[in-house]
Amino acid sequence: MNSSITRRTFLKAAGFTIAIAITPSGYKILSAKESEEAIGKGFSPNIWLRIMPDNRVVITVNKSEMGQGVYTSLPMIIADELEADWKRVKFEVAPAADGYKDPVWGAQATGGSTSIRHMYEPLRKAGAAAREMLITAAAGVWNVPAAECQASQGSVKHAPSKRNITYGELAKPASALEVPKNPSLKKDGQFKLIGTSVPRLDVVEKTEGTAIFGIDALVPDMLYATVARPYTFGAKVVALHDAAAQKVKGVQKIVQIDRGVAFCADTIEAAWQAKKATHIVWGKGEDPDLNNESLAKSFEEHLSRDGVVARKDGDVQHALSAAAMKLDSRYYLPYLAHVTMEPMNCTAQVQQDRCDIWVPTQNQTGTLMTAKKITGLDPEHIHVHTTYLGGGYGRRFEQDFVEEAVQISKAVGRPVKVIWTREEDFQHDYFRPGNLSRIQAALDEKGSPTAWSHKIVCPSIFARVFPETMKKGIDNAAVEGLSNLEYDVPNVSVEYVRIDTPVPVGFWRSVGSSHNAFTVETVIDDLAHMAKKDPLRFRLDLLKKHPRAQRVLELAAEKAGWGKTPEKDRGRGIAYHLSFDSYVAQVADISVDRKDGKIKVHRIVCAVDCGPVVNTDTITAQMMGGIVMGLSSALKESISFGRGKVLTENFDSYDLLRMSETPEIEVHIVQSDAKLGGVGEPGVPPVAPAVANALFSLTGVRIRDLPMTPEAVVKALKAGSKT
Amino acid sequence: MVSIKVNGKKHELDLSPDVPLVWAIREHLKLTGTKFGCGKGLCGSCTVHIAGKAVRSCQTSVGDADGKDITTIEGIPEDHPLKKAWVKEQVAQCGYCQPGQLMQAAELLSGNKNPSDEAIVKAMDGNLCRCGTYPRIKNAIRFAAKEGGK
Repeated sequence: MNSSITRRTFLKAAGFTIAIAITPSGYKILSAKESEEAIGKGFSPNIWLRIMPDNRVVITVNKSEMGQGVYTSLPMIIADELEADWKRVKFEVAPAADGYKDPVWGAQATGGSTSIRHMYEPLRKAGAAAREMLITAAAGVWNVPAAECQASQGSVKHAPSKRNITYGELAKPASALEVPKNPSLKKDGQFKLIGTSVPRLDVVEKTEGTAIFGIDALVPDMLYATVARPYTFGAKVVALHDAAAQKVKGVQKIVQIDRGVAFCADTIEAAWQAKKATHIVWGKGEDPDLNNESLAKSFEEHLSRDGVVARKDGDVQHALSAAAMKLDSRYYLPYLAHVTMEPMNCTAQVQQDRCDIWVPTQNQTGTLMTAKKITGLDPEHIHVHTTYLGGGYGRRFEQDFVEEAVQISKAVGRPVKVIWTREEDFQHDYFRPGNLSRIQAALDEKGSPTAWSHKIVCPSIFARVFPETMKKGIDNAAVEGLSNLEYDVPNVSVEYVRIDTPVPVGFWRSVGSSHNAFTVETVIDDLAHMAKKDPLRFRLDLLKKHPRAQRVLELAAEKAGWGKTPEKDRGRGIAYHLSFDSYVAQVADISVDRKDGKIKVHRIVCAVDCGPVVNTDTITAQMMGGIVMGLSSALKESISFGRGKVLTENFDSYDLLRMSETPEIEVHIVQSDAKLGGVGEPGVPPVAPAVANALFSLTGVRIRDLPMTPEAVVKALKAGSKT
Repeated sequence: MVSIKVNGKKHELDLSPDVPLVWAIREHLKLTGTKFGCGKGLCGSCTVHIAGKAVRSCQTSVGDADGKDITTIEGIPEDHPLKKAWVKEQVAQCGYCQPGQLMQAAELLSGNKNPSDEAIVKAMDGNLCRCGTYPRIKNAIRFAAKEGGK
């Protein structure tokens, strides 16, 4: 189903087009003619590539741009196989449509560090198919064997006769050809763009300030809206006293929607003024007494419950009781907010027969479904205009902001832009779940690990978002990095205890790895210390079956000068983690002010193996960004709860890492022909444990609760080593 | 009625003087390059220049800006050394905070042609970036300072 598809759409389109249809078994690459024929057969193809008679190459991108550079890296993949002239390549943002679904997921969405991983093969094949068709077309024009023709830089050449014809000139004859079933893909060494550093196609508009984000949407006749949301989690409106608000100049309508009360006005400032002038009586909500202490107590209580077993190798209990040396550690990690710099927002226009949504979303399919449910319209009448996303990090996968805007526009019969304040953005997030872990681990006399028992109490994201994935009650996000723990330990048990609280939780950059890498990599460090072994050597010895893990550890260590004494009063720590099919190791150099407890991170050296490289600079930038976000959460971030709600309001109570706190960052990319890995998230997990391990090596003090605030560090230093 | 001068152009706006400048610029004048971030002057996304000084437009009322020269990101020429440096260093990730970062940096360079690293950090520390582009912002400012005179 798709608005843009009618018969003749494909044949009418200017230039030479290549379409893709998403099928239950994957995808199909189609010419214009084949696309027309496919529509009647239940497929809904969409155009991904257009070569215009004037030689422009327009590539449609089906993934959302939220900083990770997909408007450059995905076009690069097609353009390289196509042998396009990169200077003529433009990108276009896909509407929400079946033919733009991710063929692996069967949904149009961006997340899980999958954009390249899921689109690499179809885009290469589409580019290669187009290249072969252009060559065939040129051979036909010249009446020479196709084998004598070569495609390069946007034209086909016939060397024997020294002739050259541009792709634009071939657009018409190429359109009449069938798509080759198995186009030949380039081999290593033949790539011209893939594996290089290509400047971002969106960097100029992002520098000029002309890039349009969701909050910049301007629709004629549009109202502005703000929503009063529940004071405590789950509370409902009991009474609404809005007489004063109705009198505010510019106020148009005050309407109740599912989540609360919406104030619509000619300007956003009038909408806010009306909200301020209104008295709403809210119901009690799910737990009006919820606070930091009650949450901590509840996690603690759940730790004594039996969970579900996510992994069981050997006999952990026996190994623990027989051990020469053992540890028993607890970690309590906080709820975190996404804090996209662009606060949540959405603009919607619901009309009798169509609905338009301008939205910075990571989830176009979800947006379509949300609007369909509210308006009753078929998806072909729902038009999702994906804008730039001012940060995503998982937050913009959710549908709450879309739901509000569509409900309000439907209620008031006008286009409406809903803008969240920063306070609302903090208080109504789907948070990175807080979690409590208990890890018992043991060594034999030689210092080799014999047992690893890992129990984690964690709210479930998947139970709400993808309940069908909850096999045996296990939330795979909660145990990621644990159920696939790579260290060679003969007896391992991983147990998951689900805790349900009123606090909504969601995907936060690197998801479960954002907390499990911290617990695993600091426990490994403690074990190395107990075994009196070098933390790098200790890890390498336990990773003999995982050469990629060894490689990133060795590379990061070598580049950081591991084994050499750090500068005076500095500590050095190492950590690695596998997530989203990529291996990342990081070495942190830190110092600490023993009086005020402030940790200064001087340098992070990062090594990444994400398999074949598409855009070198993207990988570097994503590692850098992941490290800054990981450090920010490790040192500064935690959401505070009280009186049944989120107390955190703005950057004065939840500050992010600033330039003065940002270390020198070095990124090294491993040459690898392993399976493709993601890069958006894997930079995050190793940094917190690397810093904590550096602090341990410097002071002998082990911090197990995050964030490592100056207060926490002072307290730990006073208490001395807890190990 | 208030009157403000933005990027050299005068505008009469039928607004209460206490409306924050950021909303007047963004939603009334439709110059959306200036971004809303926190509304409390804590993140720097809404930074513009008033009479050459970097200010948080969420903390300045449109009335206070009456009659003064306001410059937004749209008023910085395309060939400004900072804009060129931002592109060269491939600073932007999501890009949302970058107009504010660039306006902050422009004030720094206008008063200090060759800022030290310490001066750069001091000037830029009020501008948040969740994508973590700080190292590249620093490089871009250094580069622009070096190229500035050319």
